[in-house]
Order: sequence, then structure tokens, then C-alpha cells
Amino acid sequence: MRFFKKITGSNLFYNFLRDPMAIGSATVLLFLIVASFGAPLFAPHNPYDQTTIDIMDAELPPIWTGAADADSRFLLGTDPQGRGMLSTMLYGMRVSVLIGVGAVVLQSLIGIIIGLIAGYKGGRLEALLMRLADVQLSFSTYMVAIFISAVFQGIFGMGVYSDYALGLLILVIGFAEWPQYARTVRASVMAEKNKEYVEAARVIGLPQWRIMFRHILPNTMTPVLVISTVQVANAIMSEAALSFIGLGMPPSQPSLGSLIKSGFDYIASGSWWISLFPGIALVVLILSINLLGDWLRDYLNPKLYKD
Amino acid sequence: MSDFIEIKNLVKRFDISGGLLEEIRFKGGIHRKKTVVHALNGVSFGIKKGETVSVVGESGCGKSTLARCVIRIYRPESGEVLYNGTRVDNLSSSAIKPWRAKMQMVFQDPYASLNPRMTVYQTLLEPIRFHFPNVSRSEADDRVATVMKQVGVDPDWRKRYPHEFSGGQRQRISLARALAVKPEFIIADEPIAALDVSIQAQILNLFMDLQEEQGLTYLFISHDLSVVEHISNRVVVMYLGSLCEFAGTEQLYTDPKHPYTRALLSAIPRFGSEGFNHLRLPGDVPTPINLPTGCVFHGRCPHADERCRREVPALITAADGRVVACHGVEEGRLEWL
Repeated sequence: MRFFKKITGSNLFYNFLRDPMAIGSATVLLFLIVASFGAPLFAPHNPYDQTTIDIMDAELPPIWTGAADADSRFLLGTDPQGRGMLSTMLYGMRVSVLIGVGAVVLQSLIGIIIGLIAGYKGGRLEALLMRLADVQLSFSTYMVAIFISAVFQGIFGMGVYSDYALGLLILVIGFAEWPQYARTVRASVMAEKNKEYVEAARVIGLPQWRIMFRHILPNTMTPVLVISTVQVANAIMSEAALSFIGLGMPPSQPSLGSLIKSGFDYIASGSWWISLFPGIALVVLILSINLLGDWLRDYLNPKLYKD
Repeated sequence: MSDFIEIKNLVKRFDISGGLLEEIRFKGGIHRKKTVVHALNGVSFGIKKGETVSVVGESGCGKSTLARCVIRIYRPESGEVLYNGTRVDNLSSSAIKPWRAKMQMVFQDPYASLNPRMTVYQTLLEPIRFHFPNVSRSEADDRVATVMKQVGVDPDWRKRYPHEFSGGQRQRISLARALAVKPEFIIADEPIAALDVSIQAQILNLFMDLQEEQGLTYLFISHDLSVVEHISNRVVVMYLGSLCEFAGTEQLYTDPKHPYTRALLSAIPRFGSEGFNHLRLPGDVPTPINLPTGCVFHGRCPHADERCRREVPALITAADGRVVACHGVEEGRLEWL
């Protein structure tokens, strides 16, 4: 209760309530997340359960089209394997959000530690770590991800790949994007480490790790929070892109990206709904995260005050 | 009485040339060129137990660097710092721990010297728990309350964050953090420069009261000459990283010997004097990157001669105990002034 009070009494909350864009995007995001993580409760059927899927139901149009084969069980129609689009999208969004958040957690862990060490220690170690980050940045995320996924699929085969696809995607996207965090954290650490409270901590004689994690890190978390929102959106998009070229989630556990891909083959033959609905869901998800991140950045950086 | 703190020939240089790529010069073949700031060039003096020694000088003369070398935030390039006869400047970071509790520092900017994400209680508890790990929680709490009372901050405010305090209160909390580990020696790096004039007096009085109560020894860094005259027993005058003169406060203020000290003291505004009649020094302070040869002051000294341009003046201890680094004073050719 006190925690709740603290949140509702904070400036952040006050500012939030006065920004319709923030409220709107937060509501949409909350709705999407609750719907996707509550999919086993809300979804009309379970697309992972092979027994409920009937190939005869494949490619049914949404019910409001009035087509003769529209089925009242499938509000948004079905995909090429006979799974209801609505249920599959809910489960798929859960996969997408999991990958996005998981990849960002991994990125931020690696990036924050490397950035903190580089910024605080300076000298040769910093030069080494930051050049490493530059090298990593010069490969595009997709290139690294495509390379690793393709090699993994090639070595272990599609069957094993399907089992580990979720974890592998988190790892690949997480590793590919850590320099974003490392650079941001390093920059703020360099600004913080010369402040007098850090010198005071050194005068007390505190060990370096304690100064780094207890004194400097909490004061550098603001920009980390902001880029995290952007990075979650980026990671979800990376996953969707990888799935779209067939190197992401397998068709048996579809994410939004692999759903778009599976419908892409049928767009020309008139089954537009298979790609369109996951596409809209992806756009709305990314947009709400980005808008919320935008608001957070403006709130945390008063120098950017708009009129 | 021998010196409690002894600073011997302290030299500190900063490499400001940046990374390897920025060091490379192509003039006359490829070679590396380091750009070095000479922040301290052999500073020596001693502090007796229970006294206040102030260091004065203009901006950039190395006052703060000196403080940070003595307290081992920076490692000096050469020279020694002795605490009660024990050399502390070359100790490893674990071996120096017992001395960390005896020497503490108060910083200039009360807005930057407290961690904004820690409450006053956390800030004050941390050094106590670190240096006295065997102290029980309640004893540590008592100690926090005691130091807060000592500096005149209500212990009921310990759950507050630094931004909820005024500058003067924060400086008091800074001082409380230094006092928390029961130090004997406190370095104060311009502790009142960032404060309002009315608050300056309060904080100064606090410093002096604490010295009286606890027998503290201070190294006080300042550029405010009248404050220094008020609180110190002895004064060090620095110019461009070198010590010019070190003497008792009264000696120094009534009868400065070094030409730079004379110019500096003549700039204090006095009641009753008309207009500005301070000694004007020609030119500007030279860059500490390329130090002048000989005496660092020779380019601006009205009495400089050939020897001053050539030879670095040694520190000479006069019969009355004052230390001056000046060829002119040594040769006696400045005595008529």
C-alpha cells in the first residue's frame, strides 16, 4: 500500500496523467500484454494443441466478410494450417514480447557491465572494450542473427532448432545489440565519475566495485531506462524480421513475424487476413512502446521541454 | 614538535593527450607526443597536530590537486606524504584502509558531493559500516545521530535525500560524513566557496568549533584571503604548481617576502583605503603545459634577473621559521622593499 501511495504521489505519475499520448499508449500496451500473456485464458482455442487444429479449416476468411466459408468459431479467420488467427496472434504476441524483453534484459546486462567498467576504469581497458563495441556495431544485427541462426539450423537441423528457437533468438538479438547500452552507460559513467560524491566514496576507501555499482550505476540509470523502451521495440522488430525470412520462430510456435511470413505466400491468392492482422498487431505494439518511451524520455530530460 | 602531516617534494603531472591516435604527430616523421600538465612541481611543507594550514593561490595553481594527492585520490608521480611519521602515499589500496578513517575530506560543491540517490542516513552509515564492521547496527545508528547533531543537522531528517536540503545544510552533511569515521585530519577543499556569504560564516565557525572540541587538524584550501587570515595558523602560498611561501599567518599577512605573495596580499580590499593600489603583475599566468624555465614566477616578477630565468629557486627556511622559494629573498636584494 505504501508502495502504491509512493507511485501515485510521484511526479512521474502526475506527469503521466497529464499526457494523453502517454495514457493512450500505456493503455494499449497494457491491453496487448494482458491479452497475450493471458492467452491461455482468453484465446478461443490453443494453437499449440495439435488435436484442436483441423487442416480443413485452413484459410477461412474473417466472419464479417460474409463469405460462404466464414466460420463463427474464427473471428479473424484462420491461417494456412487451420489455426484461428485471433488465438494464434495472441500466442504469437506473447512469443514476440518474451523475445523482446528477454533480449533487452540480456543486452542491458552485458552492456551495462561493460559500459560501467569501461567508463570507470578508462585507459587501455576502455579503449579495448569500446573498440570491441564498435566492431560489434559495424555488423548489422540482422547479419549476426542470420549467420548464427543459419549455422545453428545447418548443424542441428530444423527439429532441434524449433526446440531452442526462443532462447536462441533471445541470445542472438541480445548479443547483437549490447553496444547500444555499453556506449550509453559509458558516457554517463564518465560524466558521473568525476563528481565529488564519487571522490568522497574513494576517500572513504570503498572498493571499486562498490563505488561502481552502488554509487555510479544508480545515477546512470535514467538514459538506460529510456533506451530500454526503444530497444524492446527494436528487438521485437528484429525478431519479426528474422521470422519473416524464415530464421526466427518455427511455424509450430509462431511469433507475429512468422505469422506475417506464413500469410505472405497467400496474399496474392486473396487470403489477405493472414498477414494483415499480425501486421497490424505488430505495428500497434511497437508504436505504443515507442510512444511510451518518447514520453519517458521527455519526462526524464527536462531540457527537452516542449512548449 | 615534529610534523603530524609531512608533504615532501610532491610532483603530480596529468597526461591530457587523450588516446594513442591523438598522440601521433607527423612533424618530421611519425612519433608520439604526450601533452602533460605540470600540476604540482615539488611541493613540500608540514602540518603540526591540531593546527590549521591553509593553501592559497589563484585558480589552477594546483591547490585542489595538492589536496587530492595528500588524500590519495590521485597518486603523485613522486614525493612522499607522511602521516605521523608513516609513509602513506605508496600504500596499496587495501593497506591504506586504516589511514582512510584518519584522513577525510570535505569538498567544494555541496550539490555534487552527496550521492543524489542515497538518503542522508545511507550516506553517513556507509563509511561507519565500512570502517567499523564490528559495530552493531544500533551503535552505528547512534553514531549517525551523533555526527548529525555535531554538525547541526536534526537527526530526524536522516531519511531525507540531499535535494531536500539547502547548500549550507548539505555542506554540514558532507562534513558529517567526514566526521563519521572519527578522523584526526580533515582536508577541506574550498568548503565555503560555493556558499552564500552568511552561510560561509556559519560553516567556518562549525569548522573551528569542531577543531576545538575534537582536536582536529585541517588542511584548508581556499582562495579567499580574508577567510584564510581568520582561521589558519600557517599559510602556504602557491603559484603555478609551486610553493612560493609558507609562513605563520600573522608573519605572512604583515610582512610577505615573496614577490608573488606581496602582489596577492596587496589585492585584498581594505577598509579606509582609497581606490585600488594593488601591485599589478604584467601578463598572465603561463600555461602549466610548458612551464617557464627557472622560477615559475619570473615572467611576471618585477625583480626577476638572469638567475631567476635560469635556476629553479629552492625552498629556503629563514631564521623565523618561514619558508620562501625566491632567489631575490635568498640574496637579500628584495629586503629594501
